[in-house]
Amino acid sequence: MNEVTAGLLVVASLAVALAVLHRPMGAWMARVYTDPGHWRLERLVYRLGGIDPQADQRWPVYARSLLAFSAVSVLALYGLIRVQARLPLALRLTGPDPALAWNTAVSFVTNTNWQNYSGESTLGHLAQMAGLAVQNFVSAAVGIAVAVALVRGFARAGTDRIGNFWVDLVRSCVRILLPIAAVGAVILIAGGVVQNLHGLTEVSTLAGGQQVVPGGPVASQEVIKELGTNGGGFFNANSSHPFENPTALTNWFEILLLLLIPFSLPRAFGLMVDDVRQGYAIVAVMALFWVVSVAALWTAEASTRSDAALAAGAALEGKEVRFGISNSAVFAASTTLTSTGAVNSFHDSYTPLGGGMALGNILTGEVAPGGVGSGLYGMLVLAVISVFVAGLMVGRTPEYLRHKIGPPQMVLASLYILLTPSLVLIGAAASSVLPGPLAARTNEGPHGLTEILYAYASMANNNGSAFAGLGTNTLWYNATGGTVMLLGRFLPMVLVLALAGGLARQPRIPVTEGTLPTHGPLFVGLLTAVIVLLVALTYVPALALGPLAEGLR
Amino acid sequence: MTTETARSSGSPSGGEPRPSRVPPVRGTWRQYLAAVRVLAVLTVAVGVVYPLAITAVAHLPGLRGRAEGSLVHTASGAPVGSSLLGQGFVDRDGAPLPQWFQSRPSAAGDGWDGASSGASNLGPTNPDLVSAIAQRRAAVAEFDSVPARQVEPAQVPPDALTASGSGLDPHISPAYARQQVNRVALARGLDPARVGALVEDHVEGRILGFLGEERVNVLELNLALLRLAP
Repeated sequence: MNEVTAGLLVVASLAVALAVLHRPMGAWMARVYTDPGHWRLERLVYRLGGIDPQADQRWPVYARSLLAFSAVSVLALYGLIRVQARLPLALRLTGPDPALAWNTAVSFVTNTNWQNYSGESTLGHLAQMAGLAVQNFVSAAVGIAVAVALVRGFARAGTDRIGNFWVDLVRSCVRILLPIAAVGAVILIAGGVVQNLHGLTEVSTLAGGQQVVPGGPVASQEVIKELGTNGGGFFNANSSHPFENPTALTNWFEILLLLLIPFSLPRAFGLMVDDVRQGYAIVAVMALFWVVSVAALWTAEASTRSDAALAAGAALEGKEVRFGISNSAVFAASTTLTSTGAVNSFHDSYTPLGGGMALGNILTGEVAPGGVGSGLYGMLVLAVISVFVAGLMVGRTPEYLRHKIGPPQMVLASLYILLTPSLVLIGAAASSVLPGPLAARTNEGPHGLTEILYAYASMANNNGSAFAGLGTNTLWYNATGGTVMLLGRFLPMVLVLALAGGLARQPRIPVTEGTLPTHGPLFVGLLTAVIVLLVALTYVPALALGPLAEGLR
Repeated sequence: MTTETARSSGSPSGGEPRPSRVPPVRGTWRQYLAAVRVLAVLTVAVGVVYPLAITAVAHLPGLRGRAEGSLVHTASGAPVGSSLLGQGFVDRDGAPLPQWFQSRPSAAGDGWDGASSGASNLGPTNPDLVSAIAQRRAAVAEFDSVPARQVEPAQVPPDALTASGSGLDPHISPAYARQQVNRVALARGLDPARVGALVEDHVEGRILGFLGEERVNVLELNLALLRLAP
C-alpha cells in the first residue's frame, strides 16, 4: 500500500469511527444534561460540597458559580505547584517560580495547557495527578457546562433559568469524562503508554553510555488530556514522546479521543432543541473545516516547499518515523481545530504553509469542531451572526431556533467575535515591538513573527500548542500570556451565558414562511462563508507578514 | 410556557425549572465555599483515586511490562533501555560507533536525554537547519560508506538528516537501516548478507496495514545483532 492510500485510510477510518460514535455519544450527553435523577455518587459530591442540585440558576448566578469555581481552581493549582517540592512524589524537583506557576495554573484552568515548563524536569507526580490532571477533567467540564447552558437558552422559553452549574460540572466528570478516561487509559497502557510512580531510572545503554528512563502516571493523564481537549503533555515532547504516544495505533486513538466530544455535542444540541437537523447542520460545517484542513496540512507537509524539506528530501524535522508525514498532519489539523494543543510533531518546523494552516485553524476561533463545549458555543454564536447577516440581506428580523435575534443578542455576539482577535493581535503586536519579547524567538524573519503570532493565537483561543521555538518562560510571556488566557476563556463564557439567559427569557416565536431554514445546505454554506470571512478580514494582514510571506517567498 | 419548557428541555431538577426554596449556595462567599469543597472532592476522585486505580490495573499481567516502560534487557539480564525510547550509539564524545546501527539525530538535551525530551524547533527556512542537514548528509554518507560500496550523499534518506519531535524516536526508516548494513557488517567482521537479513527481519509494517509508516526499531535491531555475534 502506498503512503497516500494509507493516509487516506487513516482519515477515512477516523471519519467512520466518529460518524458511528457521535450518535450514541450525543444521545448520552443529551440525556446526561436533561436527566431529572441524580446518581448516588453525585449525591455524595453534592452533599460534601454543600450544593442543592435541585436549584435552577439564573444566568448571573450560573456565571458566578463558574467564575468562583475557576478562581478557586487557579489559586489551588498555583498553591499546589508552588509547594510541590515538599509533597510526596516530588522527585526532588523544585517546581516553578511564581510567574511560571501563575502561567501554568491559569493555563490548565482555562483548558489551554500552554506550557512554559518542561514536564519531566519541573513537576513531580503528585502535582501532575492531583493538580494538572484534575484541571484536565474539570476545565473540560466547565467548557461543556457553558455549551449546555447556551443550548438550554435555545431550548427553553419564558424562563430566566438556564440550569445548575454544579450539576452540569459534576455530571460531566462522573458520567462522561471519567468512564471514558478509565477505559481509554487501560487501552493506552496496552498500547505501551507508561503508568507507574517511578522517577528517573538510570540504565547503561548498549553502547556503554547512560540514559534515564522517565516514569509517571502518564496513561491516566494522557487520556483526559486528549478527551478533554486540554493538550498539556506529561513530558515536554507531548504526544510525540514515545511514552505518551508509542505507536500509530495509539496515535489514531488519541486523535479519536480529542475529536469525540466536540463532534458529538452537535448531536446532543440537536436532541435538546428537539430538532436533530439543526445539529446536523452544525456538524456538517465542523466536518467540512476538518476535512479541508487535514487535506491542506497534509499536502503542505508532503511537499518539499521549504528550504529544510528540500535539503532533507522530506519535511521530517520534528516528526517521528512511526507517524511519518500523513499521521502527523492529521494530528496537527485535529489538535489545532479543537482546542487541544497536544502535538505529535513540532509545528515550528512544519513547512511555512503547513504551519500557517495550523495557525489558521486556531484563528478560526476553534469552532470546527472546537474544544469540548467551547467549540459548540462558539459555533452557535457564529450561527447567530449568520442569521443576522442573512436577515440584513432580505430585510427581515433575524431568528434562530424560534428565538428572535434582537439587538441585545447581537451586541453579545459581536463582542464575542471581537474579543479574541483583539487579544491575539494586541498581544502579538506588543511582543513584536518590545526588544525583550522579540529576543525570545529561535527563528528570524517572517517565521519569527509567526512564532509570536502563533503564541498569542494559541493562548487567546485556549489551544495550547506552540511554535515552540519561542522561549516563553520569561516574566513578560508568563504574565501577559496568563492574562490573555484568562480573558480569552472567561469573558466569552460570560457573554455566552448572558446570551443564554436572554434567549431563555424570550417567548418562542412561530416558524413562518419568512423564517430562514437553519438546517439545510444553504445555511451550512452561509455559516461556512461567515466564518471564513471573519477570519480573513481579521487576520489576513498578520498572516501575510508571517506564514504567507515565508511560504510564498 | 413553563411546562412546555420542562418537557422540551428538561432541567437538572427534573420537574419544571423552579427557584430553589432554600438555596444553600447564595451570595458570593457561599459560592466560593462551595467551589472549594467541590474542587476538593473532585481532586480526591479524579486526581488521586482515579490515577492510583489505573496504576493498580496497570500491574495486571500483560500490562505491567508496558506500564513500567517496556524495558529491554541483555542476555545477562541487565536493563539497557526501553524499546520505546531511542538511544545514542555513540562514544563519549558523541561520535557514532560504526559497529552499531545509528538512531536519528536527537535534539533531546545533549542527545537522547530521557529527562529532556524535545525537538529542535528550527523553522523550515532557518539557515542553521538547512546547513545542519547538509552537513549531516555528507557525514552520514561518508560514515556509511565502505571501500567496496560507496553511499552517495543524495541517497541518504530524510529521517537520517532530521531531528525527531521527541528526540527519543526509537525508529529509523527501513531505507536508513539498509544503508547502514555494509558499515556494521564490516565493523563486526560479519557477512553483509546476514546483517541485511537481520534488518529485513526487523522491518515492521504499517499497523493493520495502513496506520503509520514502515520502520525499524534501532535498539531491538542492535540487540539482535549482539545475539548474532556477541
